[in-house]
Amino acid sequence: MKKAKPRYKRFTRSRLGNFLFFTILILAGLYTILPLIYSIVTSFKPLDELLAFPPKFYVTRPTLKNYSILPELLSDLDVPFARYVFNTLFLSVVISALHVIVASMSAFVMCQVRNKWTGLLFALVQFALLYNATTLAVPQYYIFSKLNIIDTYWAYILPMLPSTMGVFLIKQYMDGAIPEALIEAARIDGAGVLRIFWQVVMPLVKPAWMTLTLFIFRDSWALQPGGTIFSESLKTLPNILSQITSSGIARSGSAMAATVLLMIPPVLIYFVTQSNVMETMSSAGIKE
Amino acid sequence: MRVKTFEKHTLKKWSGRDCVWLALMVAPFAILFLIVTVIPVLASIVLSFFQYDMINPPQFIGLDNYFRMFISDQVFLIALQNTLKLAVITGPIGFLLSFVLAWMINDLSPASRTALSFLFYSPALMGNVYFIWQVLFSGDAYGYANSLLMSMNLISEPIQWFYDERYAMTLVIIVQLWMSMGVSFLANISGLQNVDTTLYEAGAIDGIRNRWAELWYITLPSMKGILLFSAVMQIQTSFSISAIATTLTGFPSVNYSTHTIVTHLSDIATTRFEMGYGAALSVFLFLLMAAARILIRKVLDALGR
Repeated sequence: MKKAKPRYKRFTRSRLGNFLFFTILILAGLYTILPLIYSIVTSFKPLDELLAFPPKFYVTRPTLKNYSILPELLSDLDVPFARYVFNTLFLSVVISALHVIVASMSAFVMCQVRNKWTGLLFALVQFALLYNATTLAVPQYYIFSKLNIIDTYWAYILPMLPSTMGVFLIKQYMDGAIPEALIEAARIDGAGVLRIFWQVVMPLVKPAWMTLTLFIFRDSWALQPGGTIFSESLKTLPNILSQITSSGIARSGSAMAATVLLMIPPVLIYFVTQSNVMETMSSAGIKE
Repeated sequence: MRVKTFEKHTLKKWSGRDCVWLALMVAPFAILFLIVTVIPVLASIVLSFFQYDMINPPQFIGLDNYFRMFISDQVFLIALQNTLKLAVITGPIGFLLSFVLAWMINDLSPASRTALSFLFYSPALMGNVYFIWQVLFSGDAYGYANSLLMSMNLISEPIQWFYDERYAMTLVIIVQLWMSMGVSFLANISGLQNVDTTLYEAGAIDGIRNRWAELWYITLPSMKGILLFSAVMQIQTSFSISAIATTLTGFPSVNYSTHTIVTHLSDIATTRFEMGYGAALSVFLFLLMAAARILIRKVLDALGR
């Protein structure tokens, strides 16, 4: 998939063009990163600097206090804090793993079997990319209550598994990455469908499912209880974070500390999967 | 959308045993997709012709739910205006931003490209950290924006940014755009990296003399699929803005200044239990999004002409 760097000379910019080019990049960069830097800086501010007037962007005497008082802040909750940590970790891992498997399996079938049913399914998948899940909350609630999974982990997990973006990305990537001859050869060697899937196809499309892992992990890590979860013991970390953030300026240091800690896992996964993402996303085009 | 007709040969090649396995492999997704998306969509369409409060049996009322939106529901009309305003501003700008920035960093060295991609993608990557803006634009004098403006003597009293009709909408737009370099941005970077370089060489020979011509006649047409994907993603997000607005400006926002169709829908359905009307709202929203998609398809077809 990787292509060699262009050997010919690219068109050069005028001096004014260069000036505009870097000005726009710098402005856009500041716009995206300043709020995040602000939250990191604030998480290291001691109380008197949090309350300083006028507020300063930078920190003069950094402290770890905002981080160290987090356990204490979170100790008087009705449910032990560890439970929220467990919920978010558990859900992120289970949802990511199941989602990637479910999506890859169905994409494999849609890629290998071209009949009107798989064609229809893939057309529906592309169509559903447009549909936002929040608008389906009402009938979903009704169906979930019939399935008896309201207020259980399943109410989190189930809606995340058939998210159409995953199937779409993997299917598009598989179309370009699996040579027909390879599947033929594996079948002549007597490999069954499952074996072809696990030992031939999945290693070949690793960039695609690594990319998918990033997207689904990001979403499940940020998962908040919607209208289908009521028990406090089933709520998640982002949910408890919003309780700290709403408790005023004196707590804003700790709120930012909690935010910074929550940012770490998605960032780590991004850096692990980054090169795979760049390879995969070029096949994300919708062909009509 | 058109269902593609595939050649039928492939299915016959698999033996009966293999076909069972193939069916089992597609089943989990197909069943879950049916439960979570297809049936709810169909149910919404049917339910939109009924009056249903979850207690009394549903009652058929024809198109009354749809008439109600435009005749008697004042809040809906505000929500519609806000939704369109947000979609028309954040949709195209977000779409352009995620393409233009990707195009700009495409020429840089791999190291700086990687660094800048992370920089631009980071707000979307972090998920729900947009409440940081609440601290930056906090309504008291400790808020960063307020203290800055006060120290420059531009204002004498702190502004209640999120609770003032004049600013609430603009701030929601700013925060939405802040988060808009998401999946489509990544797709654009990757797509630009993979444009066939021989096309550029051929273009240079055929008389393309500057970057703009190159962009218009070569780059954009060869990225049509990616651009459509990216547009679909933008439509989906920009028409269904709601969580950002309610987190920042409260629910309901002052004089419904940032009330959108999705906000209205969840209000109608989850607090007033008017399921039929809620369903009609979601059908209406979907029609809006589908219309936007058709429009964009037409625009993309004109590329490179």
